[in-house]
Amino acid sequence: MQKEGKIQIWQDYQKEIADDHYFYVRSCIRQNFFPGAEQTFLKILRTELNKDIYENPHHTSCSGIGYHSDVVPFDTIQTIIARQFALMTEAGYQNLAVSCITSFGIYNEIIETWKEFPSELEKVRNLLKKATGREFEIPKNVAHASDIVYKFRQQIAELGKNRFINHYTGKPLKIVEHIGCHYSKMFPSKGVGGAEFPHVLVGLIESWGGEVVDYPERRHCCGFGFRQYLVMSNRGYSISNSRKKFESMEPYKPDAIICNCPGCPMFLDRWQYVIEEMEGKTYGENGQGIPVLTYEEMAGLVLGYDPWDMGMQMHQTNVEPLLDKMGIIYDPKLKYARKDGNIIGKPMMVNCGC
Amino acid sequence: MKHIVIIGGGIAGMETACALTDAGHWVTLIEKEAQVGGKLNNWSYLFPDFTPVDHVKNVIQSKCIEKDFSILTNTEVNTIHRQNGKFNIETSGEQQLEADAVVVASGYELFDARRKEEYGYKIYDHVITSADLEQLLLPDGDITVAGGANPKRIAFVHCVGSRDEKSGNHYCSKVCCITGVKQAIELRKRLPDAEIYCFYMDLRMYGKNFEELYREAQEKYDIQFIRGRLSEASEKIDKSLLIKSEDTLSGRPLKMNVDLLVLLVGMEAGKGTKSAATTCGIGCEESGFLKTTDSFLKTNFSEQEGIFLAGSCTAPMSINDTISHARSAAMEVNNWLKMNN
Repeated sequence: MQKEGKIQIWQDYQKEIADDHYFYVRSCIRQNFFPGAEQTFLKILRTELNKDIYENPHHTSCSGIGYHSDVVPFDTIQTIIARQFALMTEAGYQNLAVSCITSFGIYNEIIETWKEFPSELEKVRNLLKKATGREFEIPKNVAHASDIVYKFRQQIAELGKNRFINHYTGKPLKIVEHIGCHYSKMFPSKGVGGAEFPHVLVGLIESWGGEVVDYPERRHCCGFGFRQYLVMSNRGYSISNSRKKFESMEPYKPDAIICNCPGCPMFLDRWQYVIEEMEGKTYGENGQGIPVLTYEEMAGLVLGYDPWDMGMQMHQTNVEPLLDKMGIIYDPKLKYARKDGNIIGKPMMVNCGC
Repeated sequence: MKHIVIIGGGIAGMETACALTDAGHWVTLIEKEAQVGGKLNNWSYLFPDFTPVDHVKNVIQSKCIEKDFSILTNTEVNTIHRQNGKFNIETSGEQQLEADAVVVASGYELFDARRKEEYGYKIYDHVITSADLEQLLLPDGDITVAGGANPKRIAFVHCVGSRDEKSGNHYCSKVCCITGVKQAIELRKRLPDAEIYCFYMDLRMYGKNFEELYREAQEKYDIQFIRGRLSEASEKIDKSLLIKSEDTLSGRPLKMNVDLLVLLVGMEAGKGTKSAATTCGIGCEESGFLKTTDSFLKTNFSEQEGIFLAGSCTAPMSINDTISHARSAAMEVNNWLKMNN
């Protein structure tokens, strides 16, 4: 593997990422799967980087999952997106910061549609006006939240208390990155580093001391793939996709998997448990699973945030092997404790690798 | 004696220069590289009969030496102006030339395979282009892969950078199909135990003995042809490559592990031809190759009177076709000079 070739591609796909004053649109699924991730992102921006990031409680789902499942028509999703932009315009913001990869793809797809077909834009302006009385401007800058973390990765590294270095060996931790299909496969120029060798997570991993694992099924779907999962009878496809990735990355002995998209960590995390239940197979060291993190959680660990405060007890594949390798001090007794210290009870399902 | 300036010292330029010298004209050949010969300098054997490239190159070069026309190497044309029926040419070497006619023979460039990012050229260790392989096919070429072993399974990918919306080249480069067949056979001769696969869209065996060679590749040399384009290649931990495609004849997705992946890169007009077009004030086709005034009867005429075109600056061409096109360019220049006196 020749890194110079990748560096050339990364140079070809650099995008403009706004420096400050973001209008944040949350993911409808990330808050359920890994509820601390978005809060961690907001905390990093507001308290560590002193950035202005605003969110309006009236914003809704982008309806992207419904759109990709053919239950939300294009006119409807365009109008929903127009309403999000109207909230942004009313709040006086121009830079959109998107939490979800599906949404990021949707926002880009619709903005590009409006560029190609101005009549669609006019139609949607009329639809929104009639339905809500609102008007909107198209954002000047659209960034995925990971783009923003990427932009400030060196600053985070300088502020950081931990690095992705193996506490026991002093060597970089080996980390798999998964960017999510809708980040740049639809519009390579919208993603940092393009579609084939995206740099957005690679940049974070390397800036924070880790070593990236490039494995054969790196580009393969995580197993979400909407129809594979949303239709119950198709879920065998979902788990077999995830399994294909685990089998492919296993020889590299990764210490962790970092994900860009809200759906990907869910499937790469949960299916490890299911595969262990079904086949007795685990993919990490010593019969454990490979911890799966969101990039916000990863940044939080670097900055020394408490893993349980970030909601990492919600991971079904235990994160403790990674915390131990990074030399992070945590209290195992507080894993299932409330903020007041009372234990809320351990989940009935046994975690992967336990 | 009329003076003709030829831009480009590949086979088209050299052949045109020889023919015009034979016709009694004074010729100056301008070549931007340090030596003439163009892409031929980087090739080893020629399709469809495996003629060593030196055979063709030596004949043309000996002819050039014999004709004794002027050759300016390491030189590019800066400006061309036509005044009073003469072309005033200024070169990067600050020479001022006056010519009665100009022939553009600026050739082509190979498609930069890095632009097909999904194949990992210049990233994965054992992804090479047909041009790279040509060097390895020389008797002292090293075709071993990881661990110094000979590759056991090799795949060729046709149409890399040709007939491809993504890379912006809609045209067929014409010579890659037969190049792939030729190189696959050469590899089979060197590696009798290897499995060799060619992934293709169509196989366009348009030339003399091309189809016969393709048949021979299947029947005698056991080359496997699979109709399907590669979607991606990835490197495995042992440096071998995982490739994904679809076998469109069986209608099934296909995943294969190979030790060596050869990308059959196509032709592009390139910077030299674009620069020649700008300098000479002549038009380009949508493909980027230079526009001729008639597709049938005036394939050597540019849009500017007195500026002629020779070889693959007008379209992808084989060496045979280039030599023929160069000779016809010389004939057209000669006729035009006679008519304009």
